[in-house]
Amino acid sequence: MDNLFVLLIFVLVLAIFLGFELINKVPSTLHTPLMSGANAISGITIVGALISSGSDGGLWTTLLGTAAVFFATVNVVGGYLVTNRMLGMFKKK
Amino acid sequence: MMEILQSEIFANLSYIFASMLFIFGLKQLGSPETAQRGNLISSSGMLLAVLVTLVNNQIISYEWLAIGLILGILVGATAASLVKMTSMPELVALFNGFGGIASLLVGSAEYLGTGSLGLISLTAIFLTLIIGGVTFSGSLVAYGKLSEILPGRQITFTGQRVVLIIFFFIALTLGAHLIFNFSLSGWSPVYSFLLLIFFALVIGLLITLPIGGADMPVIIALLNSYSGLAASAAGFVINNNVLIVAGALVGASGLILTNIMCKAMNRSLANVVFGSISSTASSNINAEDVGEIKPINISDAYLILEAANSVLVVPGYGMAVSQAQHAVRELGELLEENGCEVNYAIHPVAGRMPGHMNVLLAEANVSYDQLQEPDDVNPVMDTIDVCIVIGANDVVNPDAKENEGSPIYGMPIIEADRSKTVFILKRSMAAGFAGIDNPLFGKENSRMLFGDAKESISGLVAEFKS
Repeated sequence: MDNLFVLLIFVLVLAIFLGFELINKVPSTLHTPLMSGANAISGITIVGALISSGSDGGLWTTLLGTAAVFFATVNVVGGYLVTNRMLGMFKKK
Repeated sequence: MMEILQSEIFANLSYIFASMLFIFGLKQLGSPETAQRGNLISSSGMLLAVLVTLVNNQIISYEWLAIGLILGILVGATAASLVKMTSMPELVALFNGFGGIASLLVGSAEYLGTGSLGLISLTAIFLTLIIGGVTFSGSLVAYGKLSEILPGRQITFTGQRVVLIIFFFIALTLGAHLIFNFSLSGWSPVYSFLLLIFFALVIGLLITLPIGGADMPVIIALLNSYSGLAASAAGFVINNNVLIVAGALVGASGLILTNIMCKAMNRSLANVVFGSISSTASSNINAEDVGEIKPINISDAYLILEAANSVLVVPGYGMAVSQAQHAVRELGELLEENGCEVNYAIHPVAGRMPGHMNVLLAEANVSYDQLQEPDDVNPVMDTIDVCIVIGANDVVNPDAKENEGSPIYGMPIIEADRSKTVFILKRSMAAGFAGIDNPLFGKENSRMLFGDAKESISGLVAEFKS
């Protein structure tokens, strides 16, 4: 457990640094699609939601998990679609 | 075959692959040529993570999650395809809040469902509750303000900060009870758990209610960061690497945007969240600072534009309000046909979210290489014949450079006043959001074109066509 925890912290720290490097060079023209695209990625919590909703953890876990699945799905599906719609409008003549 | 698909090693490797797709996707989002493909790559990472989770043997019944998935897809897809581009800030705020509440619910489900939880899991659950709760209620307030369900002004009461600090300590105490699970006679940790959610939601309200409309880009970027951190915390609850990586990427990107927005206003994050700009504003300005206001009518403005060789359009939130972006693009095309060079200068905090103006102009079919940043246009400002300021105010206020007493002194601006002629499209002489006068309006080379921005621009278009 403790080893796993340290490993996950390590992953977290590296990912934060990677995130800073990745985003730093994004031009301001793309700030809105970047935000909504990143927002869709934060819907990754859907993985946890699916496990809570579908595992046999009791009524409360199932209900809360299902609500979480709903909200995370809206976040994911809506976020990616709307980002795609926006990016489709960025054209060069 | 099914055994391999259900094995833990397969799931974990797939999650790592999904993380890679997110990273590639975000990288490609950084350039207009590749951005759409990047979004597609990132979404395929999400699809992979979801599919792997669905076949995993931790899931034993599909009825409930199917309901959640189907309803979520319907709602998300409908909202995404119906939303108007001018309403994008509130939709992003709403989706963001949904991500926050989802993480909160995952933490809650895990807390109520799993019998014995270790210290680390409980700490992670505490973090999902507090960050997820703040993200949810904060985003809902942002949504309410942006969609004008709530008043857009700053909503404050005396002692707000003190109350916020007290509530924060109460939340920490409740969290300590939740994590260390010490015995208090008659007070179960579950009560602390429920109260903690309540306080997290209230703290989110207290943080966002005092934020005024023009500071919205900062707070949206910050909430975006929080939703990522909440997902990361949920990753520690269920020990899942893809949640941690994806959440951290979003957290970092939100923080960078927050920082860019703060720099563009020359203010610290603490000043945006806790300070109020208007309280210091009125004292050091008097009416004679602003020179004579010189109105211009559409036919005179047309004559000047017709003779111009270079035009720079500076849009602000007013362009979004009057939905003038299509008329602006039409005017730009007519000017180009007339042999004039047309560009658009966009301040990072123009509008209500980062990049708001860029999206509106892209929607109106303006080529993205014409969308420029202040640092691109300021050095060549002296060569611009006409600068058309549409519904922007504070981002072109020369006081930011010239008047040390001004509350916005030091804020980087688009130096429209240095162009040969400035047209300012405005409804009336009301001050900008910051509540301060704008000496640009009284400059020798400034001309005010009063009226609704869309009507004024359409009027100019009609002149060009006749």
